[in-house]
Amino acid sequence: MAEELQEVLAPYPVERRYLLRILQGVQQKMGYISEEALEGVASHLKISPAEVYGVATFYNQFRFIPYGKHHIVACLGTACHAMGGQLILDAFERELDIKAGGITPDHGWSLDRVGCIGCCTKAPVVVINDVIHAKMSPFKVEEVLAGLGLEMRKEKEEEEAGEGESQ
Amino acid sequence: MAEKGYVEITIDGQTVQAQEGEKILWAALDAGIEIPHLCAIREAHPPLGTCRLCFVEVEGEGVVASCVEPVREGMVVHTDGERAKTLRRRAMELLLADHDLECKTCVKEGNCEFLQMAISMKVKKPKNLHPFPREELPVDDSHPLIIFDPNKCIRCGKCVWVCREKAELVPFDFVYKGYDMRLTTFLSRPLGETNCTGCGECVEVCPVAALYFRKA
Ligand code: FES
Ligand code: FES
Repeated sequence: MAEELQEVLAPYPVERRYLLRILQGVQQKMGYISEEALEGVASHLKISPAEVYGVATFYNQFRFIPYGKHHIVACLGTACHAMGGQLILDAFERELDIKAGGITPDHGWSLDRVGCIGCCTKAPVVVINDVIHAKMSPFKVEEVLAGLGLEMRKEKEEEEAGEGESQ
Repeated sequence: MAEKGYVEITIDGQTVQAQEGEKILWAALDAGIEIPHLCAIREAHPPLGTCRLCFVEVEGEGVVASCVEPVREGMVVHTDGERAKTLRRRAMELLLADHDLECKTCVKEGNCEFLQMAISMKVKKPKNLHPFPREELPVDDSHPLIIFDPNKCIRCGKCVWVCREKAELVPFDFVYKGYDMRLTTFLSRPLGETNCTGCGECVEVCPVAALYFRKA
């Protein structure tokens, strides 16, 4: 981690104008910008960590948590929104028990929302691990997740309930 | 004709001499002409221009923020034009709508620059505008000298400006943008854990009770 960061930082002279390029470099290399990376960038450029934090959070292109093994992007662009995109996002949030922008504790799943990914005729759309899933419905959310190996909460709950009964 | 390095402008019918490059706001204030303002710092280049309370009308140009717009020879400025006045009031209404205005329980006891400005502009908290849907944030009292209440902040940015003048590494800055924009430390860590020395420059300029000294 620290070595990777040094690799990104090394070519850049200590001038604050390189801040954005460095942040982009960090994200490209590591997939996200960690807290240590933010501090590392600040001390390399000799600027305040608070300032680096301010700049980094200003831009939507930067993420501060890693990707899960499966990364889900729910579209909430105009078309997808009109076709019930919010319900789809809600369904993912419910099933994975995380909020948009979050990641499950086991790092198996991460969830994001975006505005229009450019295939509005297939709304509402989600992208999972770079595969587009068209014309989604809350029911299809469960299907897709199960297909990727997520134990459904409902099943889990039923199982737990079942176990309780048998005792 | 004005002397060298100076220009002559007209503000509300009054002829005013101002140094070249000076902003309308300061030229007016120097001449004793009031224009509402909250975020303006004379030494700040570029100006912060965050509060939008200082709108005036310039003939042939329209409405401008007077703390940002430099004077030009022959400029004719009106501080009481309807359009500028409406915009100033609107800006104040928006600030008030987003402020809790719990002045009775506030450490400044209703004696802050912000409230005084609202009163002098005769603007009340609007009933039809609602505050931005923001979470109530915890008051940070981790620092031995300075207390930071982010919920009072009107995001004028004066504190960051004065801090940056003085400190090499500012302990706080604005993060995120739009409705989510707010003042905070690195990763929102407690102020007491930052390099803030408690010099109090920020407290001096804060127009609300977002940054204040701990009572002894
Ligand atoms: S709005 Fe979702 S793909 Fe365009
Ligand atoms: S004083 Fe001009 S924008 Fe605040």
